[in-house]
Amino acid sequence: MDIFDILGPVMVGPSSSHTAGAARIGYMARTLLGSRPVSARIHLHGSFAETGIGHGTDRALVGGLLGMKPDDLRIPSAFEEAKNQDLDYVIDEIDLPDAHPNTALIDVDGEGGTHLLMQASSLGGGRIMVNKLDGIEVNFTGAYNTLVIHNHDENGAVAMVTGLLNQLGVNVANMTLHRRKRGGDALMVIETDQHLTIHQVDFLRHLEGILSVTYYDKEDSDDGSQFDA
Amino acid sequence: MALNSMREILRRMEEQHCPFWEVVLAYDVDERQVRAEESKAKMLLMWQAMRDAADNYNGQRRSVSGLVGGDGMKMRQYNRRGESMLGEYVSTVIAEALSMAESNACMCRIVAAPTAGACGVLPAVLLPLDLNQRQILEALYTASGIGAVIAAKASIAGAEGGCQAEIGTASAMAAGALVAIRGGSGAQIGHAVAMALKNLMGLVCDPVAGLVEVPCVKRNVIGAVNAVSAADMAMAGIQSRIDVDEVIEAMGQVGRRMPVEFRETALGGLAATPTGKAVKERMQAARKW
Repeated sequence: MDIFDILGPVMVGPSSSHTAGAARIGYMARTLLGSRPVSARIHLHGSFAETGIGHGTDRALVGGLLGMKPDDLRIPSAFEEAKNQDLDYVIDEIDLPDAHPNTALIDVDGEGGTHLLMQASSLGGGRIMVNKLDGIEVNFTGAYNTLVIHNHDENGAVAMVTGLLNQLGVNVANMTLHRRKRGGDALMVIETDQHLTIHQVDFLRHLEGILSVTYYDKEDSDDGSQFDA
Repeated sequence: MALNSMREILRRMEEQHCPFWEVVLAYDVDERQVRAEESKAKMLLMWQAMRDAADNYNGQRRSVSGLVGGDGMKMRQYNRRGESMLGEYVSTVIAEALSMAESNACMCRIVAAPTAGACGVLPAVLLPLDLNQRQILEALYTASGIGAVIAAKASIAGAEGGCQAEIGTASAMAAGALVAIRGGSGAQIGHAVAMALKNLMGLVCDPVAGLVEVPCVKRNVIGAVNAVSAADMAMAGIQSRIDVDEVIEAMGQVGRRMPVEFRETALGGLAATPTGKAVKERMQAARKW
């Protein structure tokens, strides 16, 4: 247990699950999208839909998509900020069977034609869990630096990626593999102990059989180390 | 090493001849693989963020629902008029607790301690004191160690254990912190924690319309004032007849057996009163995206 999960995070209120966690979910979606979001359809499930307005869940999600972290003082005015940054968004309710009560489904288009469909839940205390990416079930939290790699399901793809990480001196903390069917598109989620540089991530993108690579750098600003004055 | 029980922390204090807060500091250094100086610097940033949050309180602000705001200012004005029945310290504690919890409800920046809903308790008892840097570290490490033990043995989430797990834990953290900076022993910290938790045991989480507003803001006051009385009792030599670790376990058990209506679902207690329901309906009618 991290004592700064007890005393902390520094965050914009009122709720660590419904506000801070929501901002993290939006921020995660922006990162995994890999470019500036231009239009988003945000679907709220369960308690996120029931109490979202009062907790600012809607604004925190939009703020996260705009790159705001949980302690960003602009979260309350995220809707106005979205206008300034040309992000079109629609928010509505959805019923997702078997989903955690605090869940959002984010369908977002980015600059340059990128697209992401991400389902994520807020577990309490600001901790989040990404449940689905583009319809594929995954489970990761952003508590580690995280690589999300789409690849062709072929022999050797995993060995190639992990071999390269090994050469870069990057230790794999957790790794999961997901695919729709044999020989189709597959997904690797790799959580690492070390940070990766933009160049290292780029290098992974150019490996054979790799369709796309996105990288989430473990957020450190929620510990108050990077106040924006 | 793990912060699994108060007994374990007290044992390490004896073994290593060091105060409570240094056991917690050593734990953080080990757990996050950082230097002691880095850990302390981060803790002082938390303190700075608490102070900033208190300084930025604005009595004109209102929460999204309009239910909350301005009470911290009212309390401060009342204190200034000299009308409070309490002494200067406790009346200021009340004003600080209200202000911080209102800031949270109004989407200002706060420090969760241990949760956002209970963020007013710990700073409320510490901010009115003129603390030096060492005392700040003593207080905050002691508080986080206590919170970590409660999180490990019971719960710090209203959805799991009711309000006793949030305001109760915050109150126990604040009580222990106060004993630490006043030079109390490890055992006295334990008694303060036990008494603070015992006196809030069973408190339900019943937020009106599911929002962190009513009764959360004022519950921060009872958490803070309860902490002051538990710390004073412990410093007077008064002991909890039930061992602190047993009290924490009992709180966890009460939480687990608490009906779901009283665990942040807004289906019982104050949330289920006619007034509470009316607020919920008003908020739902306003739902438009």
